[in-house]
Amino acid sequence: MNTTAFQKIYTRLEAITKATVSLRAQGVSGEELAMVGDRLAQVVKIQGDLVTLQVFKGTEGLATNSEVAFYGEPPSLVVGDDLAGRFFDAYGHPIDKGPEIEGEKREIGGPSVNPFKRKQPSQFIPTGIAGIDLNNALVSGQKIPFFADPDQPYNQVMAMVALRAKADKIILGGMGLSNDDFLFFRNTFENAGALDRIVCFVNTTEDPAVERLLVPDMALTAAEYFAADKNENVLVLLTDMTLYADALSIVSNRMDQIPSKDSMPGSLYSDLAKIYEKAVQLPSGGSITIIAVTTLSGGDITHAVPDNTGYITEGQLFLRTDSTTGKVIIDPFRSLSRLKQLVIGKQTREDHPQVMNACIRLYADAANAKTKIENGFDLSDYDERTLQFAKDYSEKLLAIDINIDTVEMLDTAWTLFARYFSQPEVAIRQNLMDKYWKNN
Amino acid sequence: MSTKGKVYGIISNLVIVRVDGPVAQNEICYIEAPDARLMAEVIKITGENAYVQVFESTRGLKIGSDVEFMGHMLEVTLGPGILSKNYDGLQNNLETMDGLFLRRGQYTAPLDEKAVWDYTPTASVGDRVTAGDWLGKVNENWIVHRIMVPFKMTGSYVVQWLAPAGSYTINEKIAELTDTEGNVYPVTMVQKWPAKWAITAYREKPRPFRIMETGVRVIDTFNPMAEGGTGFIPGPFGCGKTVLQHALAKQADADMIIMAACGERANEVVEIFAEFPKLIDPHTGRNLMERTTIICNTSNMPVSAREASVYTAMTLGEYYRNMGLKVLLLADSTSRWAQALREMSNRLEELPGADAFPMDLSAIISGFYARAGFVYLNNGQTGSVTFIGTVSPAGGNLKEPVTESTKKAARCFYALSQGRADSKRYPAIDPVDSYSKYLEYPEIQQYLNDRIAPDWIDRVSEGKTIVLRGKEANEQINILGDDGVPISYHDRFWKSELIDFVILQQDAFDATDALCPLERQKYMYDKILDLCHMEFSFDDFNVCAAFYKQIINICRQMNYTEFQGDAFRDYETQLEQLVQAQKAK
Repeated sequence: MNTTAFQKIYTRLEAITKATVSLRAQGVSGEELAMVGDRLAQVVKIQGDLVTLQVFKGTEGLATNSEVAFYGEPPSLVVGDDLAGRFFDAYGHPIDKGPEIEGEKREIGGPSVNPFKRKQPSQFIPTGIAGIDLNNALVSGQKIPFFADPDQPYNQVMAMVALRAKADKIILGGMGLSNDDFLFFRNTFENAGALDRIVCFVNTTEDPAVERLLVPDMALTAAEYFAADKNENVLVLLTDMTLYADALSIVSNRMDQIPSKDSMPGSLYSDLAKIYEKAVQLPSGGSITIIAVTTLSGGDITHAVPDNTGYITEGQLFLRTDSTTGKVIIDPFRSLSRLKQLVIGKQTREDHPQVMNACIRLYADAANAKTKIENGFDLSDYDERTLQFAKDYSEKLLAIDINIDTVEMLDTAWTLFARYFSQPEVAIRQNLMDKYWKNN
Repeated sequence: MSTKGKVYGIISNLVIVRVDGPVAQNEICYIEAPDARLMAEVIKITGENAYVQVFESTRGLKIGSDVEFMGHMLEVTLGPGILSKNYDGLQNNLETMDGLFLRRGQYTAPLDEKAVWDYTPTASVGDRVTAGDWLGKVNENWIVHRIMVPFKMTGSYVVQWLAPAGSYTINEKIAELTDTEGNVYPVTMVQKWPAKWAITAYREKPRPFRIMETGVRVIDTFNPMAEGGTGFIPGPFGCGKTVLQHALAKQADADMIIMAACGERANEVVEIFAEFPKLIDPHTGRNLMERTTIICNTSNMPVSAREASVYTAMTLGEYYRNMGLKVLLLADSTSRWAQALREMSNRLEELPGADAFPMDLSAIISGFYARAGFVYLNNGQTGSVTFIGTVSPAGGNLKEPVTESTKKAARCFYALSQGRADSKRYPAIDPVDSYSKYLEYPEIQQYLNDRIAPDWIDRVSEGKTIVLRGKEANEQINILGDDGVPISYHDRFWKSELIDFVILQQDAFDATDALCPLERQKYMYDKILDLCHMEFSFDDFNVCAAFYKQIINICRQMNYTEFQGDAFRDYETQLEQLVQAQKAK
C-alpha cells in the first residue's frame, strides 16, 4: 500500500504499549488503516482527537517520533479470478513471488448475508471417512471445527477432507501455522494436482501474532467473491483458531479490557461468530463451507475457546487416539454434526440414522464394560460382546484411515451387529432390521 | 426542536456524543455516517457526553459526525400483519430488504402500510374504555386480531365515533375517543410501545393454573409447563437445546409462537424458514408458519441489537396476549443477550461482577421473566405469555452467573445433561435434576388430576422415585459389580431404564414419535408403571437384563407406530405374552 500525496503526516506518538500506539490526529475514521513508521496499523479507538492504533507487527523499536500516515479506509483485499493458485500473507500481499492481483478492492470483514435470503444447506459432502460420513455427515454451507490436542494429525485429516470434498475452490487460512505444516499443505495440494483451485492466506509462526487477526477475514472475503460472484462451492480451512483467539486476548489485554473466562476478551463469542457465520448456502447455488481447527489443551472442551466455538459452529469433530486399537479415531461421543439430519437417510440409505445411533449406543455400552474392567469386576456375556464389537467398530469404521462409501459403511455396521448381537439388543425399527439384518 | 449532537469518541460500537440539549436514558438517536444513518440508543449520560450503543457497524465513522436525538425510546410497532413475519432484533422486516447482504442503515417498515384489512367494530359508541380495551377486530391468518385502545393512552375515555365495518389500511382512522376534558383522540389500527416497558393493560395476573401441552413426554408427564409459566433450558453445546426448542415451537398448544433467535446460528433460523411453511400445526390443522413470528438477530448480526431482540419479542407477545390469545415465546439463547450486556458494560469501563458480567445481570433477567404470565383482561377474557429461554452455560457449568440468575427467575428448570447426550438419550433433559415448580401448585395439581387421572400427581412422583432409585441401584452395581449385588438391584435399575427408554426418551425426528398427545402419554405411562409394579424372578442378572431389553424394544416399537393402530396392538399383544411367560417362570 502506498501513501498518497497531500496526506498529513503525524510525527508525535503520545503513548506506546506492546501492541498499540496513541496520538492526536484529526479527521480519522473508525477501523481505518494507517502506517506507523514502516508498520501497518488499524484504528481501534478514538476519543476526541486522541486516536489509538493497533500495530500488527508489534511496537518493538518504534520511536515516539515515528511517522504516522492514515489511509482513510479499512483493510481490504483485491479480489479476482487470479486469486486461484496463489499464496498471500495476512495483508493479502503475494508471498509466492507472483504479480499483485488485479481486480476489485473489497473491504474485509464486511456485512453478513440477510438470514432470510439464505438457503438451507442441503448437499451431502462425502469424505470417505466413516467417523465423519456415518456419524457426523458434513453438509455444504456448514461450519465445523476439528477439536484436537496439538499432537493429533488434524492438519493431515483436514487436507484429506478438503481434497475429497470436491469443492470448486479451497481457501486455506493459516494462523500461527508452522512453516513445516505450511509446506505440508502446499505439497499435498500440489501432489493432488489441486493447486489451481487453492488460495492461501498464511501467517506462520515466524510472523507477528497480531497479524493473525486479519487472516480469517481475508480468506472469507476471497471465499465470498467466489461463492457470491461466481456461484462456486468454496471450502474454507482455518487452522488454528485457538491461536487466533490468543491474538485477540493479546490485543484486548493491551487495551486494558477486563478479561472474562480464561483471560479471553468478553467479546470472544461475537468475534468468533462473525467469522464462522460466513459459512452459507446461497440461493444462487454458491456456498461457503468452513472447516476449522481448534486445538485443545489436554482434551479440555470447557476452555473458553472450544466452548464458545461449540456454541457457534454446527458441531465438532473430536480427534483422539483409541487406546484399544492405537488408531486415531473420530470420537463418536464428543463429535457431532448438527446438519447431518438434513442429508442422512435422505441422500444416503434410509437405515443410516438408526444404524448410526445403534452403533453409538452399543459403543457406549462397551465403554461401561471397560469401566467395569477398570474397577475389577467380572464381565457379563453381553459386556464381552460389546467390547469385541467396539474393537471392530473402532478399527473398521471410526479410524480416520478408512476410505469407503456410505453404503459400505452401513453394510459393515450391519455385519458387526449380526456378528455380536441379537435383534432385541440392537433394537432399531423392525422394518429396517427385517430388510438389512445380515443372516450369516 | 429535537436535541442534536456531534460524535466525540468511537470505541467499536460504543460512540460518545457531545449533545446540545436534553437527552433521556435509552433515547434513540441517529448518527450520520458517510453512507447511512445509523440507529443508536443512549445507555449512559455524563455531563454533555451521551454514550450511545450503535445497532450497526461503526466502521468509517468520523469524529464530528452529526447526531439527531428522536425524543423516544426504542419502540415496537404493533398492528395487524405481525404474524408470519421475519424481523430482525429492531423489528425491521428482513423479507423486504434489498440485496443479498445486510446493508447498514437499511431500515424497513415492520408492517405493510398498503395492506387492506377487513375491519369490524366490536365496541359501541358511548362505551367507556381504557388502554387495552377492544374496539374492533380484523382477521389475521386464522387469528382474530383485536384492535385496542392504544396502551399509551392512560386514563378513561368514551368511544365517540367508530368506523363502520369495511376495508381499511393500518393507518386509517377507525375510532375516535374523547377524554373527560373533551379532547378527541383518533385511533388507527397501529400503535407503538417502548420495547423495554411491560404492557400492563390487564385486570390481574393470577397464578398459572393449567398446563401447556407440548407433546414432549419428559416435559408434559414429568415436569409440565404451565400456561403463562416460565422455564429455561440450560445445557452445554450439543445437548439438543435447539432441537428441543424447535419441537416446542412445532407442537406446543399455543395460538401464537414467537421465536427469538438471539445471537444464535443463522442456519437454525433458515431451518425454520424452510421447514415451518411445510408443517401443519397439530392443534388447528393450519400451516405452522401462520402462527409463527420470528425475531432473528443471529450471532453475526450487530451485538447491541441482540439485547433489543428479546425485548421486541416480549412486547409482541404481550400485545397478542391482550387479544386473549395463548402466546408461547421462545428465546434461544438468553446467554447471548447477557454476553451483549457484558460487552457493552466492558466498553463503558464499568466495574464488573462475576465472570465480567454487569452487576445488575440478575435483576435484568428476573425483570424480563416477570413480563410473562397468565392474565385476566379488562373484559374478563384470558390471555397468556409462556416464556421458555435457553441458556448456554460457559463450559457446561451450571454455576455460572447467567444460569444462576435465571434459576432464580424461572419456575421450570429443564437441565440438559452431557452424559445423556453422549449416550444419545434424547431429549437429554435430566430426569433427576430438572424440576417444574408448577407441580407443587395446588391449582395445577387439581387441574392435572381432573384432566388426566385422579391419582396422576401421585403416579408422576412414583415414576420419579423409580428413576431415582434405579440410578442409585446402578451406582451400587458399578461400585460392587454385577455379582456383588442382589438381583433385585438389577431389577430396580432396569425398571428405571424402562421408564427412561420408553417415556423419557423420544425421537424428535420420527414423524410418529415426535409428538405424543397427552392421552397417549397417559396410556404408555400407565402401561410402564404397571410393569414396574410387577414382581419377576430371574435366575441371574443376565436374564434380567435380557428380559427388560426385550420389553424396552417392544415398547419403543409401540412409540414408533400409530396409536391404537394394528401394529401398535400387535406389539401390545407381544408385550403381554412376554410378560406372562416371564411371570410363569
